[in-house]
Amino acid sequence: MSRKIRILIAKPGLDGHDRGAKYIARALRDSGYEIIYTGIRQSPQQIASAAIQEDVDFVGLSLLSGAHNELFPETVKLIREYGGSEIIIFGGGVIPQEDIPFLKGKGVEAVFTPGTPMQPIIDFIEKNKERIAR
Amino acid sequence: MTDLVQQVLQKNTRAIARAISHVENEHPSKEDLINSLYPHTGHALVWGLTGPPGSGKSSLVNHMIRIEREKGKSVAVIAIDPSSPFSGGAVLGDRIRMQKHATDEKVFIRSMASRGHLGGVAGATADVIKVLDAAGFDLIIIETIGVGQTEIDVVQMADLVLLVLVPGLGDQIQALKAGVMEIGDVFIVNKSDKPEADRVRAEVEYALHMGRAEINPIFMTSALENTGLNELSCGIEEYYKKIDKNGYLEKKRKERITSEIRNLISAKIRQEIEQALNIREEIEKWAESVYKNKCSPYKLVNEKLQAFFEANK
Repeated sequence: MSRKIRILIAKPGLDGHDRGAKYIARALRDSGYEIIYTGIRQSPQQIASAAIQEDVDFVGLSLLSGAHNELFPETVKLIREYGGSEIIIFGGGVIPQEDIPFLKGKGVEAVFTPGTPMQPIIDFIEKNKERIAR
Repeated sequence: MTDLVQQVLQKNTRAIARAISHVENEHPSKEDLINSLYPHTGHALVWGLTGPPGSGKSSLVNHMIRIEREKGKSVAVIAIDPSSPFSGGAVLGDRIRMQKHATDEKVFIRSMASRGHLGGVAGATADVIKVLDAAGFDLIIIETIGVGQTEIDVVQMADLVLLVLVPGLGDQIQALKAGVMEIGDVFIVNKSDKPEADRVRAEVEYALHMGRAEINPIFMTSALENTGLNELSCGIEEYYKKIDKNGYLEKKRKERITSEIRNLISAKIRQEIEQALNIREEIEKWAESVYKNKCSPYKLVNEKLQAFFEANK
């Protein structure tokens, strides 16, 4: 088998600040993963749909507009509803520390806030990739 | 696994996506999967879309999906981007231009990385087409990486190849280079809102006319301004009718199968021999002896193969 880890990087809602998402996409590419990037202004439905069609292992949600407490849980819910029960979901962007426990309770397993170096993110992927049964 | 097959045939999105992954990752069940799905193939039309990077292929596909959906067809897209030869990773960004269709359940978009395969598509693309065909999609569009002369694989995989050209990428000499122009069945001059677009058209006509009376269809489009797309769609329909009627379509599909059988035989024989001769462990020794004794590689290989065939009579 010649399996590659596939990661969807998505920006839900009306936030157009995509530099962070693109940076992450490039850095993860350089670590050997296949990154599907769906661009800005995606609805939770579009993101969940893409996650299933692309059969990804991870979804990384990026948001800098402050709407994460609504949009992240909604996106997680739809990914599960559409059949992505095993997909591991993480997030990043402008997210206050005090919101992180709430997001984790809603299925976002890790949140990487501004200033996080790439290594913890790569470690997170490497540590969890074996959980996805193939 | 029969569950998976059943669900693919029932057009379950998650099952289709999973089947594609099995094929792409060379899952042990891959051949059984294709064997079960194959009897259900043969209905889908397959278009290949190729052209230089930045020529607007993805944006054109976005329009094509819309137009074919308006006609009531279900559409699948395989969008291929290159893998890094250094890290093995890839950024697959073609779907950005098509995300408007992400929630239409009669549209399925899958991004594939080339994973080292040369030829403009991914190694598993041919089998992925079979999965999508069996799942019942009316139209499958393959969007190649798009680097020009080496995009030969799509010619075999598709019923027709749409070659996209744009103004500002060179002169007539480019058009004359072998392998580029010969690939296309239908030619599209995109970004026709730009100056020089007519010049590109003229150059394409010139290159195609050489020694021929009738030339392939050429369409002027602008994905940005949404012009020329309906004419393109009609033109493709006309072209299909023509090649269906004159037998060219059937010939093309049989050639595709012939080529595939040949490639499979080569690949499997190669695997068998690599294992039987234990090439992985022996190869350094052999290289050493060719280097030291100056015995020709032909001599060495012929000896080894001879021994193998003798032993397996």
